[in-house]
Amino acid sequence: MRVERRDFSPLAVRLAAPGVAVLASLLICSSLIKAAGAPVLWAYWTMLVGAVGSLNSVSETLTRATPLIFTGLSVAVAFRARIWNIGAEGQLYAGALATVLVAEEGGRIAAVVPHWALPIVAAGAAFALGAALLLGPVVLKVKLGVDEVVTTLLSNFVMLLFVSYLLDGPFKDPMSMGWPQTPPVDATVSLRHLLGGTARLHAGFLFALLGAALLWLFNVRSVWGYEMRAVGLSLNGARFAGMPVTSVLLRVAVLSGGIAGIAGFNEIAGVKGYLTLDMSPGFGYSGIVVAMLAQLHPVGVVISAVFVAAIFVGADAMSRAVAVPNYIADVIVSVSLLTMLVAMMLTRYMIRHE
Amino acid sequence: MNVQVAPVEGSVGIRRPALRISSVCKRFGSLIANDDVSFTLEAGQVLALLGENGAGKTTLMNILFGHYVADSGAIEIGGASLSPGSPQAALRAGIGMVHQHFALADNLSVAENIIIGTESLLLPWHRAKAKEKILDIARRYGLALDPDALVRDISVGERQRVEIVKALYRDARILVLDEPTAVLTPQEAEALFATLRILVSNGVAVIFISHKLREVLSVADKIIVMRQGKVVAERRASETSREELAELMVGRKVAFPDRKPVSVGPAVLRLDGIVLRQGGNRPHVLDGVNLEVRQHEILGIAGIAGNGQAALADIACGVLAPSEGLIHLSGDPVRSDPSEFVKRGVARIPEDRHATGLIPDMSVWENVVAERYRSEAFAVAGLQRVGAARKYAELVIAQFDVRGAAPNTSAKQLSGGNMQKLILGRTLLQDPGVIVATQPTRGLDIGAVAYVHRKLLEARDRGAGILLISEDIDELFSLSDRIAVMFRGSLSSPVRTETLSLQELGLRMAGQNSTGGR
Repeated sequence: MRVERRDFSPLAVRLAAPGVAVLASLLICSSLIKAAGAPVLWAYWTMLVGAVGSLNSVSETLTRATPLIFTGLSVAVAFRARIWNIGAEGQLYAGALATVLVAEEGGRIAAVVPHWALPIVAAGAAFALGAALLLGPVVLKVKLGVDEVVTTLLSNFVMLLFVSYLLDGPFKDPMSMGWPQTPPVDATVSLRHLLGGTARLHAGFLFALLGAALLWLFNVRSVWGYEMRAVGLSLNGARFAGMPVTSVLLRVAVLSGGIAGIAGFNEIAGVKGYLTLDMSPGFGYSGIVVAMLAQLHPVGVVISAVFVAAIFVGADAMSRAVAVPNYIADVIVSVSLLTMLVAMMLTRYMIRHE
Repeated sequence: MNVQVAPVEGSVGIRRPALRISSVCKRFGSLIANDDVSFTLEAGQVLALLGENGAGKTTLMNILFGHYVADSGAIEIGGASLSPGSPQAALRAGIGMVHQHFALADNLSVAENIIIGTESLLLPWHRAKAKEKILDIARRYGLALDPDALVRDISVGERQRVEIVKALYRDARILVLDEPTAVLTPQEAEALFATLRILVSNGVAVIFISHKLREVLSVADKIIVMRQGKVVAERRASETSREELAELMVGRKVAFPDRKPVSVGPAVLRLDGIVLRQGGNRPHVLDGVNLEVRQHEILGIAGIAGNGQAALADIACGVLAPSEGLIHLSGDPVRSDPSEFVKRGVARIPEDRHATGLIPDMSVWENVVAERYRSEAFAVAGLQRVGAARKYAELVIAQFDVRGAAPNTSAKQLSGGNMQKLILGRTLLQDPGVIVATQPTRGLDIGAVAYVHRKLLEARDRGAGILLISEDIDELFSLSDRIAVMFRGSLSSPVRTETLSLQELGLRMAGQNSTGGR
């Protein structure tokens, strides 16, 4: 048996790969469900119903998917240009912090801009602060060759500890009965809920879809998108052709960090209403998984973010119904990343019998 | 053991071939790398294996060395069959290989490099005996060597001799040399050929792998031409010609273009006092290079790899800024910026098609606009004019005969020759005033080489000034109007090609100027 490189991967194979990978991961994880003593098919059924079985659960899944779309897009943009941004988590908190700041100063800002523009100002500030947090590591990378995997990863902890300090110090809500959290943000910066009742789905989801579509067009049609792809695919080739490699990488940093910052704005303005240290259950890190599952394609990011969110929401329901710990969600998502990597390899190589 | 048997049996009167390859077949998937390959090699013979990239030479040698197992067919050495798939068996049977890229440890002595892997280096009496054997081999075959010199201190030609002695030390009776002259000056190549003659007169059989027709004709007794995995011809060197061999290799007639005399115009590219420093107190990469390329002229830059040509090419392409010195295009100084160079009509054909010339994972249309994607022709208001780019790609494909390409094909699917046509097409269609071509035909098959040469000469006839940096001496002689030589970062003053002899060029490449040297 030998492994051979394919000359090119047929589109059908590339499209089929994610589906096959997900099925394989569900198959692998069924052994764990079995081990936990639950009937496999029933467990997966309760998971499916829990994720998309009612309007409320669909709303919950999409609400959960929204920050993942943003962080997934952020990671996809960076990875495409071969900037290994592991810092989306920190950039998300930076964006959340910016949102809180704008809300705090809402009164003064509203004197300058119309009321309806306040969320836009908050989103802009979130974008800027997220971008700034990634710009540092990328400048260090292009100027001094500092490995951005290390710096972006560490920037997460710096940001989280900084937020932790603020929550216990200057930003602490005096009315929170001692909990480390900020005061609730003003309703003026909040995003509208889309469905009535208790459903939490908010306008941020629509913006995420719009963002993904815009980013896709940007990638395939714009001059900047072309440069970013070229730099990612061949740094030397892009440099030889005369592309401004350094500024392209800085632009990538701004876009990637900014989008992750928007994820933070989205959570504050759309879901939580105030900043806490457990606001994100690792959306930034999950964004890496989402982007990889999507093969770094913006439209794929939407699909994989919804998938990952559905697994998490569904696993909660499953754990209530059949007593399989909801940690199974982490396992399914992780295994599907691994099977996806194998599937991606198989789209580029084929195995041949001799 | 087999080796010692052979001469005894040979003395009975039946001359047994040293090597017989019979009906060897090897497939990789749908590709037939070796298709019923058969030939014999006798002791005391130089056999040249001639063929283009992908003709199956390397596969065959890998089968001979036991790295691959043939699907069918047999190999006999001195009458005994060679067990397939075992490099140890190949070594025991007396097959020695000198690779194109030497496998020597820089920080060990010549003797240590030769005996490494055969016996312990720790025991001093082993060492002494080994050294004696090395000196004996060196004397017998006329291979001048200092066993105690460190490999890092000796020249490329000497390193190759070390590799040859290394094979002989292991009692090689069949010596395989893979493109041995690629790194040598003409003089060093001559010395190698002399060595090979002594080896064969001592009964060693040599397989000489090459695609350089001139060399093959001068060194080989028997020439085997391979094409698409098959042996297409077997010729005696005395009974064939360069033209016939070229035709056999390619499978059709190859017209080598002629350089017609044209009167030159004003200078279009001028480098003034170009210095490129590297860190510390290491010598300058480029040390005050001056050159001038005029309209209707090809200036060839010769030199052994690593004497600063790569840096010169990068500077002439605008990719690298010199530490000192000025670059003028048509008389105006220009700053080192690739897009500026392109705007001013410089066509750039880089050394490495895959890593710099193209972005292989991008499509053909994305590659043809790579140098000018911001120009009005291909961009409006920050958006790409994809339609215009595709049309341009179609034009390049049609005009430069890029086979197997459509605007949407990814560039990595093209063969080397077609990649080069794509690069030529995207730049030459702009009717450039200056062309900087670095190793433009390296690794291409003869048909593609002739094509590239024809296109460059056409551009010259139309009025372009061409800077041709190449390590292929035949290419330099057939294209250049004047030739200058790079040696350790300095450029000799150019000489008209008609007045330059191969010997003279070789001396200059080795750093010895006929007018005194350095």
